[in-house]
Amino acid sequence: MYQGVRIAGFGGQGVVSAGVLLAQAGLVDGKAVSWYPSYGPEMRGGTANCSVVITDGEVSTPVVSTPDTAIVMNEPSLPKFEPLLKKGGLLIINSSLIKSKPKRTDIRVVYVDCNAIAEKAGSLKAANLVALGTFAGITGAISIDAIASAMKKVFKRAKPEILELNRKALEEGAKLK
Amino acid sequence: MNAITKRPSALTEAQFHYCPGCGHSVVHRLTAEVIDELNIKDRAVVVAPVGCAVFADKYFDVDSIQGPHGRGPAIATGIKRAKPDSIVFSYQGDGDLASIGMAEIVHAAARGENITVIFINNTIYGMTGGQMAPTTLVGQVATTAPKGRNEKLQGNPINVSEMLAQLKSAKYIERVSSDSAPNIIKAKKAIKKAFQNQIDGLGFSFVEVLSICPTNWGTTPLKGLDFLREKMMAQYPLGVFKDVTAANKEGK
Amino acid sequence: MSEKVLMKGNEALAEGAIRAGCRFFAGYPITPQNEVPEYMSWRQEETGGAFVQAESEVSAVNMLYGAAATGVRAMTSSSSPGVSLKQEGISYMAGADLPCLIVNIMRGGPGLGNIAGAQGDYTQATRGGGNGDYRTLVLAPFSVQELANFPKKAFELSEKYRIPAMILADGILGQMMEGMSYDFEPVDPKTLPQPAWAIGGKHADRKRNMVFSYALGEGELEKMVLKRAERYALIERDEVLYEERDTQDAEVLIVAYGISARASIAAMNMARANGVKAGLLRPITLWPFPTKRIAELSKKVKAVLCVEMSMGQMKVDVDLAVKGSCPVYLHAKPGAFFPVAEEIATAAESALNGKKDQLFSLEDLVKNAENKTYAVNNPICKEGALL
Repeated sequence: MYQGVRIAGFGGQGVVSAGVLLAQAGLVDGKAVSWYPSYGPEMRGGTANCSVVITDGEVSTPVVSTPDTAIVMNEPSLPKFEPLLKKGGLLIINSSLIKSKPKRTDIRVVYVDCNAIAEKAGSLKAANLVALGTFAGITGAISIDAIASAMKKVFKRAKPEILELNRKALEEGAKLK
Repeated sequence: MNAITKRPSALTEAQFHYCPGCGHSVVHRLTAEVIDELNIKDRAVVVAPVGCAVFADKYFDVDSIQGPHGRGPAIATGIKRAKPDSIVFSYQGDGDLASIGMAEIVHAAARGENITVIFINNTIYGMTGGQMAPTTLVGQVATTAPKGRNEKLQGNPINVSEMLAQLKSAKYIERVSSDSAPNIIKAKKAIKKAFQNQIDGLGFSFVEVLSICPTNWGTTPLKGLDFLREKMMAQYPLGVFKDVTAANKEGK
Repeated sequence: MSEKVLMKGNEALAEGAIRAGCRFFAGYPITPQNEVPEYMSWRQEETGGAFVQAESEVSAVNMLYGAAATGVRAMTSSSSPGVSLKQEGISYMAGADLPCLIVNIMRGGPGLGNIAGAQGDYTQATRGGGNGDYRTLVLAPFSVQELANFPKKAFELSEKYRIPAMILADGILGQMMEGMSYDFEPVDPKTLPQPAWAIGGKHADRKRNMVFSYALGEGELEKMVLKRAERYALIERDEVLYEERDTQDAEVLIVAYGISARASIAAMNMARANGVKAGLLRPITLWPFPTKRIAELSKKVKAVLCVEMSMGQMKVDVDLAVKGSCPVYLHAKPGAFFPVAEEIATAAESALNGKKDQLFSLEDLVKNAENKTYAVNNPICKEGALL
């Protein structure tokens, strides 16, 4: 199993922390993982993205230049990351904010109404977790339990009700195919 | 035979290499006497500069480190922070401190490092052969200002003591002179206070000592002293520019 | 080894240094190493050590000079342009035979360059970098795991030989997170012996010590430099570290260090899957360089391929080791770009077949660079991005 993932969106959408969560979950599951952020001026400029690798083997490159999966959370991220996807790769689109449609036909596209689902689960802030849930459900690269357990390590100060809400968002996301 | 004076124990047997009339010899001796009197020989560290006083480490019989040009206050910071028991003093000339090491001295003062700095101002680069220093007076001849320092080309000298006194974390700043017996006595008092402050943990202390450099000024020691009194003291008035140590002591 | 935790390279390095007993840190902000001073600012305080945010790199390295002279485990960290500024102090510490640790989380250069990970400071690091006849001992980690554990190794070697040690990593390693664990118990600095040469502190029981790098008497400097050279020879004999993979039957040997070695491992596996017998030698110490081992291997293989994120700086050392035994090729990724495994695999195959035209020539590199879509291939490059 090898999954190279790129997660992208506005600063504040939690794309960077979603990446950390994914890597932490991989570690919980006994996989080799890496996480690599965008940093410097781009972070200040509003859009952010990160690379995550989860594998049974060894992580060679932490910079995922041809992802197996791209999770795009905002409009500007779609044209940026769609072309990079591997043939047959998975593109998870936050349809709450992205109205454009992808051009490629050699990839699998899943539309997730992340913001609405997250709000229904209790908080708009959990939109990133809805997308992670979808990723976990489709690829099987990681279990929902592992992500939930990783949350306790990553969000150390989160109250139990927030963790519960997050888990709900994950599970809702995982229902989508 | 009764000995009326002797070599301070904080000076080694090594003979000074300084030129006749040079202020370094006097200030070295004063500093060594202060180290003896304060009984800090076994915890004093001298940070020797680049310049004429580069061999200060050979003369002071205390732990020593010789550093890059101008970096004395940074090195002293490293020693003091790593070994707070040490009594660290940076001994620097005007090229070292006021030119290449200006950032280091300003920021050590701004951080309020609990160190002692002795600054010899003789308005010239000595070791390299009489080039213009940041403290060279307007009109004063130097090998890189053969027609004298020109205000329009080279600006005006920097009054370091006055400048450092502006910094809130600098606790004690005084300018003294090495030109006469009364002034030398005052200089020693200032140096002693600057060390005592460090022992008491009061913070950054700085003593500027006006000194002559007959060799690079191209004059005799006696004429040099006249120049110091007439010209240098006009640009660099003696006095205490800052002393908040009494208040700090009371507050302790 | 304890349970693996997810940690960012820069922070794993900083905590590794603390665990190794480092109780002095001076630094200055520069991307992509900012997490190191940030971490140190609170962690040194917590452990009773000292942290100083200096006014400049020059000042930071001289604070290190002062602290290292007192015998404590002391370090500074920076990134390429900052490390250039530190050369003054590194040269002085080499001249004063002081152990200390300097970390360079490399970024693209020359000049302001960019802030992405790069390997352009190889020559500076391995040849001394500052003025005079000296070396620094250079360790090149290739994972967060190694970043975490190398500070201890660096301090120990540095103290054993009284030589400044450098950890040469890059922005990718510094910024990435990986699972890691420390392979040693935390060192209590109080248990470390106070070196006989150290200055500072109260010392009624010993004579004064002098720390200096000058030797102005006739013949004195020559003696000092030669004495140091004797120690350097011991380091070259005893302290070379490297990792080998699949070299027994290798026909093409890939030589790569640090982050470049990671893509090279993937490339080696790809090449092998295509029937190309590739092997890898990863220098872990860049100085001392694994010259002897590369020389031995160069007599068994048909070609050597150097993979580095610089224009052949490491290749110079490989050439010196191979001494013409076989052709040595270069796969260079300058300008802070991460080598791509597929490209390395292709290059390895071409190197083996002696098809020079299929290797990435300078002309190819220029052409490729013009056609690249930078913003997406490198997450940190963006139009208008500067610092």
